[in-house]
Amino acid sequence: MRKVFLPLLLVTAAMFVYAPIIIARAPFESTMFLLQKIFYFHVPAWMAGSAGITISALGGLWFVFKGDRRADWYAVSGAEVALMFGAMGLATGPMWARKAWGVWWQWDAKLTIALLLFLVFVSYLLLRKYGGPGSDKLSAAVALFGLAMSPFVYYAVDIWRTIHPANTVVPSLGPGMRGAFWFCAVTFLMFCALLVAVRVRLERLRSTLDDLYLAEDE
Amino acid sequence: MFLKTALLVLKKDVAIEVKSYEIISTTLFFAVSCVLIFSFAFVKEGEAVNAELVPAGVLWIAVAFAGLLAIGRIFERERYGETMRALLLAPAPRSAIYVGKLLGVVLLLLLTELLLVPMIAFVFHAPLFAWPLPFAGLLVTGTIGFAAIGTMFASMLIRSRAREVMLPILLYPFTIPVLIGGVWGTASLLGEEPSVPVATMWMAILSAYDVVAITLSLWVFEPLMIE
Repeated sequence: MRKVFLPLLLVTAAMFVYAPIIIARAPFESTMFLLQKIFYFHVPAWMAGSAGITISALGGLWFVFKGDRRADWYAVSGAEVALMFGAMGLATGPMWARKAWGVWWQWDAKLTIALLLFLVFVSYLLLRKYGGPGSDKLSAAVALFGLAMSPFVYYAVDIWRTIHPANTVVPSLGPGMRGAFWFCAVTFLMFCALLVAVRVRLERLRSTLDDLYLAEDE
Repeated sequence: MFLKTALLVLKKDVAIEVKSYEIISTTLFFAVSCVLIFSFAFVKEGEAVNAELVPAGVLWIAVAFAGLLAIGRIFERERYGETMRALLLAPAPRSAIYVGKLLGVVLLLLLTELLLVPMIAFVFHAPLFAWPLPFAGLLVTGTIGFAAIGTMFASMLIRSRAREVMLPILLYPFTIPVLIGGVWGTASLLGEEPSVPVATMWMAILSAYDVVAITLSLWVFEPLMIE
């Protein structure tokens, strides 16, 4: 990761600079016009959030079953990043809903489960911070349950009758919008990878520091 | 062997409880006071302010609050006597210990509901006994889901420093689906137009939740309970 970090950072930064241009150039959606543009943030933010959740749960499982300390760094980093992207998704959603539905929030299946998933990762970080010894393993179980919950967020629109736009929106995008959407999605996923990498580095340094303190004591 | 171990753990918990009736009596009292507090807020001129949602909501909130208290106490007892380690040292599958503990929690919660349901029917004039079978199904599936998550987190929090505050923080985000299913399922059996198909649909969702929760718990209980 160390070798590719700087190039990846530069590419992602360049993509973030270019993203507003490509979003502005994408054609207007026929019913929502300018309002639809928030879609280029909202959906990629949740995609990056799901990536964070997956990293967190898989890291946690690897840590519990294989006992590899390094996997735990990924677990906690993934959870923090997922929470941040989740906050972005939860912030952009109501902005759109206020204009599209006329209300900020609806207790609809998709929104409710997404909020619960967000709360699960808030409790994950609370557990990490205040749980004391042993909470690293327990938090792996929390992340695993969170991962089990996340498909229900995605498929909620198919299982229940909801007012949230369906998953078929993404494949049915017009040609001009499709390119812009996937550009934004890739940008967000790369941003997610970068954040996890930085956060893992912090955990690694912290663990090295702990080892050094222990060595000095002996 | 598996089932025998689980039943032995359950038998042990019941035997300890029967000596003092500490957990069952405190849980029952707590659940009853919960309902009383809600009845001050939601009963107006002898009738519940909403005939469908108030009884259903109060029932499941009381189960959630009393259940949290009961689960906390059950595992506090194990910690206090340092008996969890002894349990884990036993030459038995760890998952059987989980199932035994889960059965104990479910039994306790169902006993609590046995008192809660008539009381809520009485206080809120709710026709809870009009559809006994669908209603019992909702209660059992919801209670199992709540207890499955609670048992898993409480047993893992035994060694944690801040377990009293951590248990509700972890338990409630995961069990809100159970409460939603329970409340909406129960509410569909009350009111002007009771609907058994809607209640059955919620029961199916709750059963699916139970299966997922128990499967995941059985899977992670063993590696996580190793000291």
